[in-house]
Amino acid sequence: MSELLTVSALGLMLSLFLGLLRVVRGPSTGDRMLATQLIGTAGVGLLLLLSLLLKQTALIDVALILALLAAVAAAAFTGQQRETGDD
Amino acid sequence: MIDAMSSLLIVSGLAFYLAGSIGLLRLPDLYSRLHALTKADNLGLGLLTAGLALHAQDLLIALKLVLIWLAVLAASAASAHLIAQHARHRETPS
Amino acid sequence: MNTTALLVLDVLLVFSLLSLAAAALATRDASRSVILFMAFGLVLAVAWARLLAPDVALAEAAIGAGLSGALLLAAVREQPRRALSGDAKPVHERERTSIDVTLQLTVTLLCVAVAALLAWALAEAFDRGPQDTLAQAVSETLAASGVSNPVTAILLNFRAYDTLLELAVLLTAVLGILALGPARPGYQAAGPVFDSLVRWLVPVLILTAGYLLWVGAHAPGGAFQAGATLAAAAVVLRLAGHRTAGLPPGRTLHVVMAAGVGMFLVVGLSLLVLGRPFLGYPPAWAGGLILLIESAAMLAIAATLVLAFLGGRPQPAAGLSGEKRQC
Repeated sequence: MSELLTVSALGLMLSLFLGLLRVVRGPSTGDRMLATQLIGTAGVGLLLLLSLLLKQTALIDVALILALLAAVAAAAFTGQQRETGDD
Repeated sequence: MIDAMSSLLIVSGLAFYLAGSIGLLRLPDLYSRLHALTKADNLGLGLLTAGLALHAQDLLIALKLVLIWLAVLAASAASAHLIAQHARHRETPS
Repeated sequence: MNTTALLVLDVLLVFSLLSLAAAALATRDASRSVILFMAFGLVLAVAWARLLAPDVALAEAAIGAGLSGALLLAAVREQPRRALSGDAKPVHERERTSIDVTLQLTVTLLCVAVAALLAWALAEAFDRGPQDTLAQAVSETLAASGVSNPVTAILLNFRAYDTLLELAVLLTAVLGILALGPARPGYQAAGPVFDSLVRWLVPVLILTAGYLLWVGAHAPGGAFQAGATLAAAAVVLRLAGHRTAGLPPGRTLHVVMAAGVGMFLVVGLSLLVLGRPFLGYPPAWAGGLILLIESAAMLAIAATLVLAFLGGRPQPAAGLSGEKRQC
């Protein structure tokens, strides 16, 4: 079982890495933002797998925070400022 | 038995994650990439969480896992829409 | 098979961190580098978790990924307005003067010096081998500390003075922020989709903050992580168009800002009056006192971070500004 978990963790890391390629390539900031969302979700999955692998239930809390704060990051990106409008 | 079920769920979740990431890289523009992203968020994490919940020590942890999935679900739905809206707003000068 | 897979995972993590950092620093476009920095924060949180440091991972996820990103984005988006209003051209378009070159050289040398110092410290640590003295000392006295999470015990009991001083630093920072003047202009009212996100996100963040504060006594968590999560809730409110981001008005805000340092002093001085050393908690009351101090600290930390995001003194609704005295 733990071998499967480790391989899955590796698979998620790969997924995260692919998202990274999109973050760096772009071309628009929207592309980078949605790749950041993927990195966030892959990170959440990775943390959940690690919590089982490393036997640390606290990592589940970290996963929750990561999920919520990734949403905050997306909100910060799309918030429209008053007076001047867009970025 | 539980191990087999759990393994199946985790592996299929992983498959959706990878499909989403590859879609993110290969699809031509932002709007189609958003489609790929939501596959990873919804099904990828959902199946992964289901598989891990079978291994949870107690009910509280399993509930936490479900809560995480629901939060990501709701957040990614709104984020995807907002990002698409933001991109559309930039394309069409107001 | 297990250890090689984990090794590959670690290598990929390190490589991701390095490439994100390099990419963030290499771009000219400020918005782009901020987003890369946010992604960096997310991956760093996973790295901390991999290193079995869940408290740090919590703090990194809350502050590094979400809050710093929001703060930097708000600052970046303000730049074009300021540059257009003044005569200053963007930094990379001006001609490089000798002052620029000297500055660049000095900063580079300082960075290299710090990196060398860290590398030496790391080499020393590997040389000496694992020394358990701190972990041992803590585990021996943990039972009398009032909490069962060793990190919280160190922060709030064994090294409470350090935390007191850190909160004093935060207080100084927030005074500096207030001296900057009025807050930045706010955000447009949320559309229906954003509104639907905010409706559940803010309550969940607030509840999670309370949970982290409570759980910090026996599991990773505590005042800093809770404060950062609470600040994230306020930032989301602000982004949705709320004027004061949920901050209390006037005098109450002053009290909240000073609450961290204040509660420490109140507890410490009361203990002095009762004949114990400053901040020397009686073992029976230690748990309760720590929770009390942490609650006050959480509010103070959250207020500081929110004011940093606001960029100055929060403005009441237009129409009241003439009558009420600004804080």
